[in-house]
Amino acid sequence: MATLWFVIIAIMLTVYVALDGFDLGAGVIYLIVAKTRDERRMVLRSIGPVWDGNEVWLVAAAGTLYFAFPQLYASSFSGFYLPLMMVLWLLMLRAIGIEFRGHIDNLVWQNFFDVVFSVSSALLTIFFGAALGNVVRGVPLDHEGYFFEPLWTNFKLGPHPGILDWYTILIGVLALVTLTVHGALYVALKTENDLSRRARDIAVMLWPVQLLLTCLSLIGTYFVRPHVMRNYGVHPVGALVPIVVVGSLAVMAWANRKEQATEQKQRDSKDKLAFLGSTLYITGMLVGVAFALYPLVLPSSTEPGYSLTINNSAAGHHGLVVGLIWWIVATVLALGYFLFVYRLFRGKVRLEGEGY
Amino acid sequence: MDSALLIHRLHFAFTITFHYLFPQLTMGLAPLIVVLKTLALRRKDGIYNQAARFWARIFGINFVLGVVTGVPMEFQFGTNWSHFSRFAGGVIGQTLAMEGMFAFFLESAFLGLFLFGEKRLTPRAHWWSAVAVFLGSWLSGYFIIATDAWMQYPVGYERAADGSIQLSSFWKLVLNPWAGWQYAHNMSGAAITGAFVMASIGAFYLLWGKYEEYGRIFVKVGVVAGCLFSILQVFPTGDQQGQMVFRHQPPTLAAMEGLFTEQPGAPIVLIGQPNVDEGRIDNPVVIPGALGFLTYRRWGARMQGLDAFPPEFRPQNITLLYYSYHIMVGLGTIFIAIMVLSALLLWRGKLFQARWMLWILLLSLPFPYIANTAGWLTAELGRQPWLVYGLMLTADGYSKTVSVGNGMFTLLGFMGMYTVLGILFLFLVCREIERGPAGEAVGH
Repeated sequence: MATLWFVIIAIMLTVYVALDGFDLGAGVIYLIVAKTRDERRMVLRSIGPVWDGNEVWLVAAAGTLYFAFPQLYASSFSGFYLPLMMVLWLLMLRAIGIEFRGHIDNLVWQNFFDVVFSVSSALLTIFFGAALGNVVRGVPLDHEGYFFEPLWTNFKLGPHPGILDWYTILIGVLALVTLTVHGALYVALKTENDLSRRARDIAVMLWPVQLLLTCLSLIGTYFVRPHVMRNYGVHPVGALVPIVVVGSLAVMAWANRKEQATEQKQRDSKDKLAFLGSTLYITGMLVGVAFALYPLVLPSSTEPGYSLTINNSAAGHHGLVVGLIWWIVATVLALGYFLFVYRLFRGKVRLEGEGY
Repeated sequence: MDSALLIHRLHFAFTITFHYLFPQLTMGLAPLIVVLKTLALRRKDGIYNQAARFWARIFGINFVLGVVTGVPMEFQFGTNWSHFSRFAGGVIGQTLAMEGMFAFFLESAFLGLFLFGEKRLTPRAHWWSAVAVFLGSWLSGYFIIATDAWMQYPVGYERAADGSIQLSSFWKLVLNPWAGWQYAHNMSGAAITGAFVMASIGAFYLLWGKYEEYGRIFVKVGVVAGCLFSILQVFPTGDQQGQMVFRHQPPTLAAMEGLFTEQPGAPIVLIGQPNVDEGRIDNPVVIPGALGFLTYRRWGARMQGLDAFPPEFRPQNITLLYYSYHIMVGLGTIFIAIMVLSALLLWRGKLFQARWMLWILLLSLPFPYIANTAGWLTAELGRQPWLVYGLMLTADGYSKTVSVGNGMFTLLGFMGMYTVLGILFLFLVCREIERGPAGEAVGH
């Protein structure tokens, strides 16, 4: 049961990153990729109807974490107190950046919220990446299963690291690049003409950076937590992970390769393929982390015996079982709503008509 | 009270109080918007759709504020109340997660459609999207209430070997008897907010002499809803909530009512300042014997006072609890008076000309917010000193690893952000009201 919930939460967090990741990425490229006011509106309209629902996956994942692994929820949220609060503030700023902007047709008002939207999106990707880095690297848990990390100490590793050290910053930058590419591919898919082309160009330009950072992050992870490779050695099925990661990077490169005037339809299917590749990359990387961590959920950087595992942080059996029943019902319903909304807003964004 | 406990209590209290200003309007307006959309479908008159679109604009701004101030709440159980989360998370994590999985997905998926998808949908499909948002918001309300109800009256649990509380019965948790009446009372309170806001803006338009046709619709819908829910708020929902408190949290009831010592024929205190040091009410105006009727259903019954309970199990802040309760009840009574009177005038066809009543409706706008806030303060202060009644004290639940310095930093941060957000909210909503129902839909 505990293993099943570990898998479920890993899936929920992966879905969150794959979905809200493109909202964030669209925010990162927003000021660069859109050259006119109309183009800015088109980028916003591409994420407009879906960003709020995408963000709910984070809230739903946090809630699920709460009832399935209450010790992990309590420990990690209080231990990561300051960066979590900043994430909350950034989420607030991102939301109002998108939603308040259109209410007044004034350049000063709109430019202000545009910058708020873009900067908060970029910072969020770095914070999320650094958070993941912390989980992999381990935190100074005490014997009661609690910890508190300052924002930084000396940026080096050791038993008492800060939230930010060279490793977590590296993962933060990887997250920024990955989600920027993801968002750029989404915008390329949902828009047309010059705007779409510029977004695609950004994705193409960042691909080698993404590749390089992926390699560096793997090396860094092995250096920080050599244990990471153990599950891969014991369970050969783990080989799927690097295959998916490498394969998805290849798909993205192939789909976006330079060619002469292609028909719109061919361009569209290539854009879809590239975006799918990016989604697979994110899935492969996150599943890879989960696979490497298991059965730990939060390693201790001080004393290995203090690490939180699925067994010492899970809730009682009855709760996990009933939770599974209603969770399945809720997920089926939610997928239904998502399919409905995404289908209704499929295709390229249009400027005429109502908002969105 | 040591400072860390105080900071974490203030942190949660401040953020949740500000947050709830928005969902109460969301939940209160949602059914009224469904009413307007239904009238639009039935009467085939464009004015009702235009009215619904106007309220949708206000609803949209309000909803965003609800979301951005609400996300921190989900996280705050872990950040500021980690020991509580570890202790009780196996139980209340369920209801909180259900809120996210069932209600939030429903609301957020259909809100975009409702606000901006009217042209992409048939009139009936658009009506359904309004219903979906209404259902999602009211479902959300149920899961939060179930969470608080469990903290007030824990059910369906068992103690695990490590001392934590785990779930033993899903249905007992979800169908907690405390939750039923608390939900009814809370939702009725939200409906009052929605009704008063709609009636108030309608009254504004009538007094201003602009958009009068809309003003009449808003006043009519608001007054009918307001009349119904302000009565339900007292009876049966408020009465039944009071009964639950009386039966299961007797020190709380004594503190709320300002009953310091045992008395035959215990009175209801209408006004008077509680003097905790001397254990009495200063300059009281009371209804003698009435408290027994509310509780035992026997006029003049003898009631236990606060001093019948050990001091460590009495709510610490008796004064604030007493005032929260009295403000809530006082306002609730005034709401009945305003709405019943307005309804009578409406029935006689005289309301729209009765400028004095329109002024009262206009000026009453902030008061449901105060009443709802006072009600929640009553519930949460009343539960003290318990975090989970009878199982965990508040003093034992906060995050021991988060220092006062960090807590103060983030509390100040939230206060600053919420001040700015509040000003932006008022600015944008007032703009919509000033532009009126005939204005264009806003877009991205």
